[in-house]
Amino acid sequence: MAGKLKIHVDQDKCQGHARCKSLAPELFDLDEYGNAHEHGDGTVPAGLEDKAWLAQTNCPEIAIEVTEE
Amino acid sequence: MSDTVVMSAHPPVTDWVHDFDHTDPRWTEDPFPIWDQLRAECPVVHTDRFLGCYLPTTYEAVKQIAHDTEHFSSRRVVVRDVRPEQVGNAPPITSDPPEHKPAKQLLLPPFTPDAMKKLEPRVRAICNELIDDFIAEGKCDAAARYTKHIPVRAIAHMLGIPEKDSDLFIRWIHEILELGIKDNEIFLRGIREMGEYFVGHIEERKRHPTDDLISTLMNAKGKDGQPLSDEHVQGSLRLLLIAGIDTTWSAIGSSLWHLAKTPADRERLVAEPTLMPSAVEELLRAYSPVTMAREVMKETVISGCPVKPGNMVLLSFPAANRDPAVFPDADKVLIDRKENRHAAFGLGIHRCVGSNLARMEMTVALEEWLKRIPDFRLDPAGQVKWSEGTVRGPRQLPMLFARPG
Repeated sequence: MAGKLKIHVDQDKCQGHARCKSLAPELFDLDEYGNAHEHGDGTVPAGLEDKAWLAQTNCPEIAIEVTEE
Repeated sequence: MSDTVVMSAHPPVTDWVHDFDHTDPRWTEDPFPIWDQLRAECPVVHTDRFLGCYLPTTYEAVKQIAHDTEHFSSRRVVVRDVRPEQVGNAPPITSDPPEHKPAKQLLLPPFTPDAMKKLEPRVRAICNELIDDFIAEGKCDAAARYTKHIPVRAIAHMLGIPEKDSDLFIRWIHEILELGIKDNEIFLRGIREMGEYFVGHIEERKRHPTDDLISTLMNAKGKDGQPLSDEHVQGSLRLLLIAGIDTTWSAIGSSLWHLAKTPADRERLVAEPTLMPSAVEELLRAYSPVTMAREVMKETVISGCPVKPGNMVLLSFPAANRDPAVFPDADKVLIDRKENRHAAFGLGIHRCVGSNLARMEMTVALEEWLKRIPDFRLDPAGQVKWSEGTVRGPRQLPMLFARPG
């Protein structure tokens, strides 16, 4: 069993496509400009790992980092 | 009226690799095999037409150029026969850093996904009003009677201008984006008339402020803390109107065209409505409507190809989205495609400000159509016609369907 996942949105890369928010609304928040930020400290709750990877693989700017702790 | 204008004719293309032309009828009809041929030849090709223009066809080359604001400027965003002094700036789409960011930030808050949720009921109502009008006939030109009207009415609603002026906006956009490629006088007339229209609405709001998007822009402060100039407000309004209409109209039209000729996808989408989000993304990838442009400012190398100043770049996000190096089965429409980093809304700082609006409109337009007209096909007695140039989508889309019982 792999360890916990953590996500981070690189603010220099994010351009507000909002694909992550649409695919994994539990894991991302959008600011007033529509740019994405990881929800809370970015820890992915158990059961949402697939959504984290889905968001990562659909970001056109490759702005989402997913790391295993 | 505009259809009678005589365009300066371009000679037919005989050598796509060295002499491409995105206004050639074969490109208009079916550009995909042309892009495949060019991509296999070289990631960036060049033509002497349009006073010199490059075309990147790989995802990697398109991405590099979109991210490179040092060598490529956005001051001209349409590839045309002429390059006169700039008129009709439309910040932020025609802005480069450092002016770009503050101009874009003004426009972003009204277009977030949450803001779009508030607009959604009006768009659903627009779609149903349109369908009510033709459903009993059992056939329609879906471009003329459905797709064409949805984005223009939605953006008019947001801006706070009368939805009934839609035909006027559609004419200006046709003049600026299609006829204007080859006829500068028509281009200038479209820009001028649109400007005069907005001046009237701006002046009106100076006397009677409203809570629509025009007033929001008028009340916004620039980076110097001062209100935006009337010229800036007008330019951004021009952008919202030009960019927000035939783009999404095209995307909805191409999607309906695909579903009309692909019963398996249509039936699956009706049976599994939860597939709609991935289907919308895949239709955006496969039939991306918008090709942008850049102007080369400094010499550089893109994907091994030297690129020289004085040339334009036809920045083909649609071709990038068909690159098999990034998208397996790139030429197939897979409505359940899981990984889809498509660039239909651009890449980098110029990501389409209206992407959330476009996605909502596409989703709603397809959902409402499929709810009321789940079974439809192209009318073999009619002909599908595609737009020419910068934005690709069906402008005539004859459909047949069962009349409601």
